[in-house]
Amino acid sequence: MSMSPSNEPLQFQHFKQRRQSLLSSTFNSRSTQLFLLVLFVVTVGCSLSNLLFSPDHFLYVDTYTITLMGKYLSYALLALSIDVIWGYCGILSLGHGAFFALGGYAMGMYLMRQIGDRGVYGDPLLPDFMVFLDWKELPWFWQGFDFFPFAILMAMVVPGLLAYVFSTLAFRSRVTGVYLSIMTQALTYALLLAFFRNEMGFGGNNGLTDFKEIIGFDLQSDAVRVSLFLITALVLALAYLLSHFILESKFGRVIVALRDAEGRARFVGYKTESYKVWLFVYSAVLAGIAGALYVPQVGIINPGEFSPLNSIEIVVWVAVGGRGLLYGAVLGAIIVSYAKTRFTALMPEAWLFMLGALFVGVTIFLPKGVTGLFEGLFKAKKLSKDTTEGEPS
Amino acid sequence: MLLKTPPRNVGLHSVFALVGMLLFSAISPSALAENGYKDSDVDQLAKLLSDLPSANFKNAAILINKSEGFVKEAAKPELDEVLSGLFDAYLEGKLYFNKSTKQLLILEETDGKLSLKDPFNSALLGEANKKEIKKIRVNNRLRKTLRKSIARLTLFHPDQEVRLSAVDQLMQKLSDENVSLLKEAQESEKSRPVREKIDIALALFALSHTEAAVRKQAVTALAGNMEPAVKAKLDAMLSVNEQGEYLEPSKAVRTAAQSSLSRIDSKRSIYGFFETVFFGLSLGSVLLLVAIGLSITFGVMGVINMAHGELIMLGAYTTYVLQSLMPNHIGLAVLLSIPAAFVVSGLVGVAIERGVIQFLKGRPLETLLATFGISLILQQAVRTIFSPLNRQVITPDWMSGALQINPVLSLTYNRLYVILFSLIVFTLLLLIMKRTVLGLYVRAVSQNRDMAKAMGIRSEWVDAMTFGLGSGVAGLAGVALSQLTNVGPNLGQAYIIDSFMVVVFGGVGNLWGTLVGGLSLGVANKFLEPAMGAVLAKIIVLVALILFIQKRPSGLFPQKGRSVE
Repeated sequence: MSMSPSNEPLQFQHFKQRRQSLLSSTFNSRSTQLFLLVLFVVTVGCSLSNLLFSPDHFLYVDTYTITLMGKYLSYALLALSIDVIWGYCGILSLGHGAFFALGGYAMGMYLMRQIGDRGVYGDPLLPDFMVFLDWKELPWFWQGFDFFPFAILMAMVVPGLLAYVFSTLAFRSRVTGVYLSIMTQALTYALLLAFFRNEMGFGGNNGLTDFKEIIGFDLQSDAVRVSLFLITALVLALAYLLSHFILESKFGRVIVALRDAEGRARFVGYKTESYKVWLFVYSAVLAGIAGALYVPQVGIINPGEFSPLNSIEIVVWVAVGGRGLLYGAVLGAIIVSYAKTRFTALMPEAWLFMLGALFVGVTIFLPKGVTGLFEGLFKAKKLSKDTTEGEPS
Repeated sequence: MLLKTPPRNVGLHSVFALVGMLLFSAISPSALAENGYKDSDVDQLAKLLSDLPSANFKNAAILINKSEGFVKEAAKPELDEVLSGLFDAYLEGKLYFNKSTKQLLILEETDGKLSLKDPFNSALLGEANKKEIKKIRVNNRLRKTLRKSIARLTLFHPDQEVRLSAVDQLMQKLSDENVSLLKEAQESEKSRPVREKIDIALALFALSHTEAAVRKQAVTALAGNMEPAVKAKLDAMLSVNEQGEYLEPSKAVRTAAQSSLSRIDSKRSIYGFFETVFFGLSLGSVLLLVAIGLSITFGVMGVINMAHGELIMLGAYTTYVLQSLMPNHIGLAVLLSIPAAFVVSGLVGVAIERGVIQFLKGRPLETLLATFGISLILQQAVRTIFSPLNRQVITPDWMSGALQINPVLSLTYNRLYVILFSLIVFTLLLLIMKRTVLGLYVRAVSQNRDMAKAMGIRSEWVDAMTFGLGSGVAGLAGVALSQLTNVGPNLGQAYIIDSFMVVVFGGVGNLWGTLVGGLSLGVANKFLEPAMGAVLAKIIVLVALILFIQKRPSGLFPQKGRSVE
């Protein structure tokens, strides 16, 4: 918490100009442009190749890869949500998996209702596991989830509400730093235990799965898979822009200020708690959306998503990618998830060693992550160039 | 005439007694011994029973009584056991004899194989050949004799425990003959617990008496008794049969039974309360053990060590390794693993501190992440070296079993030992922190590092030692846990959140806070459990803790003074 305030001077004098050019600066930032361009090219390219080329064409991208990439992109969105609070506000949440999973469950409940009478027991109203538990009617909290917009709304409202209540309580009593991290971990742990119970009405241990279709389209078809992938990419791009916009705004400046010196920001007159609460809620909503995008592509949601280990993995993505940079988080999520997919397939035993080493290595040697490494190299090069040029011969 | 009757009766009695004594002495082993037998008691018994294969039912009964009398005379517990074992086999039709040698044999069935055993010295005689052996037949009358004989052998056994369990056995099936046996035993019984138990059994029998007054008296006598059989019987008396009539016809007896039952229930609930407290303290002492190392590393040093759970796991695995190294000395291995686990976990802890944590000073969030990485590596290492499956750690004999206080309340020894162990560890740690030079240095460095350095304290060395101490204590917790739960790679993970909660709840940097926090959380958990199930109780405790920390961020006993940030 004790990064010296001189690191990132508050540019008060520029505030007026900045506010006028905020929207354009969001789009004009070179990193944003580059990020959006890469995202656009990759997603549209892959989608087109999947739909246009025949499976034996060398440019063909199979549907499995598309779905995998869709999964990575929803992870990237999740990493973005962590980066917003950790990188820019210094709040390390070890429980963001909870918000992700809650969003996922909201979507899962919608997909469950869509199965209708095609389940094993063929009950038109009740999902299979409720029939199995001999329940007679749909619990109240399952009402309305057959309506798609409602489910989407809930995927944002439920995590947001939980985040609001939790963070209001926490930030009001000025719980910070490590304490907050452990409390978020306890939160997701408590939810993990709760969702494992059959009586909760969320499918217990097995979670929700066996989905058939989404708003009338077959979930297994290539077109739906590609569309889900494209939608995920689109949402990621929008979330990226919105986060960029928020963080570049006056609100974002205050956020950074209170990351570096919360006490000073408070004495200057900012109500730091409410800034933190709203940023936390925004981050939780992003995580919820990521969960809602993740579930239809993966086809299952179970209480395992609440496990503290999952939440910590998210933090590693951001740490590897480089916190405090939005594209760093996205990059980290994709790199680490890809590595995980590869290594768990090749040598499953080595993965946890790798992940552990990654934790230790990144925190000690790469405090700014991969992007920080590149940036450092770039700066050093530029610096040496500048000095050689500036030096009189 | 009327006046003259008593003396005549006395005379008759004495005549019978005299005849009985004569008869007894004729068949008694002491008489046989005087006849020149010099063999050991067991051999004499074997000789006595050698006629059994050829005896008819009548003679067999006499032989049974004879051998019982002999054993009683010899007054040797091992002889009692031999004979009651032989009678048990006889009763169940497992007593055979060899057709040619007339040797008595017990036929035992294990895993579908029939094997033979010598009833007198328990020697195994190999597999049974059906053609060579013949069963010793038994009829109902003989069974009765045998049962009585077994009951007598155990009821008058010199060992109090045997007598107690014999009474328990008889209490299950209170027949007239059993009751007369019990009455007989009651007269000669010296030990109070056995007498009390016999009283209960007799009162229980009296509950079925035909006279209401006797029943009522018995019901009153049984008030507040903790025996499960008593409660069941009283419940049955108050229940209603199909015709809507009470099984107990007398209203007065029913009222008495009701009040006796309510006294039983209230007593039971008191003991139930004590049992819950005991379970709570046991869980609490486990929490204390796992958290107390953390309260050193986290509380005093301010280092977040997410690998703490894995250091606990290493301690448990040390116990496992030591036990597999010396499979013949399980108890010794457990005792040895206490220092061994301390050293193993402590060294790993020092390595972690020197290798990683010292580079991350002042960056708590990074420390958290890096140590979490270490915990993953340690877990995977254990999975690779041992196995992903749980390992079996054996509980030594002196730790298994339970201290039976009454039929409702029993305290298991392993939990008692763990409570004791955690208190010892706590006391030692407290002494180290308050009374030794190391403790002084640790406190100095944690309060003001620069000042401590200026006074000549090697703060780096102190850091490593403190971390090693906290980690070593985690190893001790692992030894204790290995006696209570399964030892597997995820052992530590299950406790890490709990232990952080305990430390934060008790107040960071305060060992006493950890003690109070751990024990009270354990007790709270166990009291919530019966009402709402284990998982929900845990969730509620977690949520309550989260709310508590928000209300009082620095815990139950906050640290005061300049060192507070």
